[in-house]
Amino acid sequence: MTGASVTAFEKGKTRVFGRSVSRIEDLPLVTGRGRYVADLDFPRQIHMRVVRSEEAHGRIVAIRLDAARAVPGVVAVWTHADIAGLPPIDFRDPAAEALKPYRQPLLAKGVVRYVGEPVAVVLAESPYVAEDAAELVAVEVEALPPLLDAAAPPAAFAPGLSTEALELSQEYGDVAAAFREAHCIVEAELSIGRHSGVPMECRGAIGRYDAAYDVLELWGAAKVPHRNREALARFFGRPSSSVQLHECHVGGGFGIRGELYPEDFLVCAASMRLGCPVKWIEDRREHLIAANHSRQQHHRVRAAVDAEGRILALEDAIFLDQGAYVRTHGARVLDLTLAMLPGPYRVPAFRAVGHFRLTNKTPAATYRAPGRYEGTFVRERLLDAIAARLGLDGVAIRRRNLIASNEMPYARQLTANGHPIILDSGDYAGLLRAALEAFGWEETEARLRERRAAGEFVGAGLSFFLEKSGQGPSDSALVSVDSGGFVEVVTGGASLGQGFETAMAQICAETLGVDYRRVRVVHGQTDRIRFGIGAHASRATVMTGGAVHAAASEVRRKALAQASVLLQAPADELDIVEGRVVRRDAPMGASISLGELSRASGPGRDGAGNGMPGLYSESWFHTEGMAFPYGVHIAVVRVDRATGQVAVERYFVATDVGRAVNPMMVEGQITGGVVQGLGGALYEEFRYDAAGQPLSATFAAYLMPTMREAPKVEVLIAEDAPSPNNPLGIKGVGEGGCTGAGAAIASAIDAAIGRPGAVTALPATPERVLSLLEAARR
Amino acid sequence: MSQKLEVKLTVNGRDYVLSLEPRWTLADVLREHCGLTGTHLGCEHGVCGACTVMIDGQAVRSCLMFAVQAQGKAIVTVEGLAGPGGELHPLQQAFIDHHALQCGFCTPGFLMLAHATLLESPDIDDEALIDILASNLCRCTGYKNILAAVKTAAAVMKARRRQP
Repeated sequence: MTGASVTAFEKGKTRVFGRSVSRIEDLPLVTGRGRYVADLDFPRQIHMRVVRSEEAHGRIVAIRLDAARAVPGVVAVWTHADIAGLPPIDFRDPAAEALKPYRQPLLAKGVVRYVGEPVAVVLAESPYVAEDAAELVAVEVEALPPLLDAAAPPAAFAPGLSTEALELSQEYGDVAAAFREAHCIVEAELSIGRHSGVPMECRGAIGRYDAAYDVLELWGAAKVPHRNREALARFFGRPSSSVQLHECHVGGGFGIRGELYPEDFLVCAASMRLGCPVKWIEDRREHLIAANHSRQQHHRVRAAVDAEGRILALEDAIFLDQGAYVRTHGARVLDLTLAMLPGPYRVPAFRAVGHFRLTNKTPAATYRAPGRYEGTFVRERLLDAIAARLGLDGVAIRRRNLIASNEMPYARQLTANGHPIILDSGDYAGLLRAALEAFGWEETEARLRERRAAGEFVGAGLSFFLEKSGQGPSDSALVSVDSGGFVEVVTGGASLGQGFETAMAQICAETLGVDYRRVRVVHGQTDRIRFGIGAHASRATVMTGGAVHAAASEVRRKALAQASVLLQAPADELDIVEGRVVRRDAPMGASISLGELSRASGPGRDGAGNGMPGLYSESWFHTEGMAFPYGVHIAVVRVDRATGQVAVERYFVATDVGRAVNPMMVEGQITGGVVQGLGGALYEEFRYDAAGQPLSATFAAYLMPTMREAPKVEVLIAEDAPSPNNPLGIKGVGEGGCTGAGAAIASAIDAAIGRPGAVTALPATPERVLSLLEAARR
Repeated sequence: MSQKLEVKLTVNGRDYVLSLEPRWTLADVLREHCGLTGTHLGCEHGVCGACTVMIDGQAVRSCLMFAVQAQGKAIVTVEGLAGPGGELHPLQQAFIDHHALQCGFCTPGFLMLAHATLLESPDIDDEALIDILASNLCRCTGYKNILAAVKTAAAVMKARRRQP
């Protein structure tokens, strides 16, 4: 079965699917009428301020609250003793039993484990008063030595518990034999720095308990509202039907926003106990030390290769710095790192062992392309090293090892989140060829050689990435047409700014035959739909889009069946154009609008038929397999030999997305992803001093790319390999822009300074690059 | 510290008479007391620029200014950018047309920064424009489309000025 044969909308024959239409989200956002959670107020609300640990590790000796409690306007001050009946924060999905003792309590329980850990909360009538009083809470801590290096020998987390919470491994094939028989063995020791999503909007949450109806509401939800409803219901021992989560506008997610954190539970608990809405808005310093960090890993990797550079086996030992607690994701990032490490290449034998280790830093979890940004850096560095060892160029070594299109679907013998990895479709070599041609690789390399000969430190680097997306198993959507012909699509998806509403409206509009601007898309409201998969791991467009397509198809079928009677023509001779049913052979002739059909089929009306009145459907989309997007990153950099500063002169991404719902938005996702990826490659790092004090707690110290650093990213969107695993052929595009950036930049810096394999650690800050230049001079 | 002062602020051409603590920032007062929540707080230490408003024609970070300092000055926020009938400012239209926003959180700050910049330097060249726009942070777009949108708006505004 080829992808094309299952793709619902024929290329070149669509009205709105696949077109770069403008977004339906934008108008309120450009006029200042958006509503982010901080913009929302409820009558009688009070405000929460969190008192955070200032020590990286220590025993709590005393917490003095009297002065804070005496401040006028303070309603309550809580420490762990006040919420001792509440459990630690559980994992979203079933996780290894061994991880349970490492879960985070809502407020520190006897011990503090990172700077930023919530120790107490002040609840007060205004945020200014809450902050004043929080400064008067005195926390006395007896300092303990902090553990700050996950590659160092583990220590004790608690009596009888190691800081190595878990060891994960995956393997297949005869690794030992491959290394024994190899032409050569290529090794590398590589590190990825601690950085994270850092959305422009800080976190925020409003807990509101409605005693009249016994409903607990959490406003400010994001990413996975329905799954978080289940988690909150379990946590508080409430029926999930009495817990409602509401998403507002969300100022960026990137994997870190929308997980449940201590503050989300605390506003809920406080609203129930104090009988008023409780609002908490994070400030930026808090965000940088309290919201999920990510990425920090150390790899000892080696490959067995034959004389032609073919990989025979890959072996890796991974040390993941989880920070102080295990949060809602469990050990998912480590699992994904192992699972996706071989990427797009044929790897006959594989063994990877991951050490999941606790340290005294902010807890870590997923950030855009979790495990793949890290693994792609490691694998592609290794490919470069193999090429250098065998005297091949970077393109040749990749060509030689890429899985061929006729090998698809390709079973990897590895699992991600327990699901087997079966690469669905792809023409990897074809895309590499197209990328090199579109970029002008040969000419660029020639020109760069000339510039290097003239003394410039310039070079190009390339990486190939494989992403995963569209993991099911299921999502649903409700589509209905009202009597005015307006369409409502209710989803359990979530919007983090990625254009979810527009994409769903396009899929619905194309299927149904209406103007996409007449489609309203609901998301992130647990009281509107029973189930929702949310927006994470590049699955919203695939999964929710699949469900919207199914529901809109059913509404279309109903409309045509009804109209067939009224227009006295067989349903298959009818079409829907701009919301009116017409005969295909006489589009200007007799017609009937969807609004009229909706009215005629309403409850109690003649056209209602039996079963479900109205133009309405609830439909599901199920899939077993994932969709695996892939692509090529190419960077051209210039290194300043005096300062070690790396400037990105050009950046190019080619990516196969199966089908692009809205190419403008796809390009936006890729471009934004690249610049975030560059942040982690060159600038962003959560650094700590020897005492575990965070050194990157402001935007003056945590350096994100500005317009000055951002290259004008060039994007080639390919649609060569639609996914056979969903009816629209879509592959998720949220992450691929980020995935290959660290690897491509490292390779380009190597080329610029003429030292293959020089870059072994990200971010390649000026300090690190200078030391590479100095090492070269010695 | 909590002694309140009576202050008159002029925002988007409208006067607000408010009783304010001197320590309240302009951003907080615009949001909490004037109900103008389009001005966003992204860092509260003057780096990200999401809270940028225009004061007497200059782009200003409203998180770094006390509201009492803004008395007697003309404040324009993102809510004051569109015309009286709701017609979008060329910058707003260009941001939509060029997909210059995703989550939209930084957008009001970029719009007000660009607005003040183009009022002062309608013929600004690309390099100078990038230097100025590099003073705000965006985490979604990768900036390419923001630059394109501002350049388009600059051209539209220039063409409008040429018309009688």
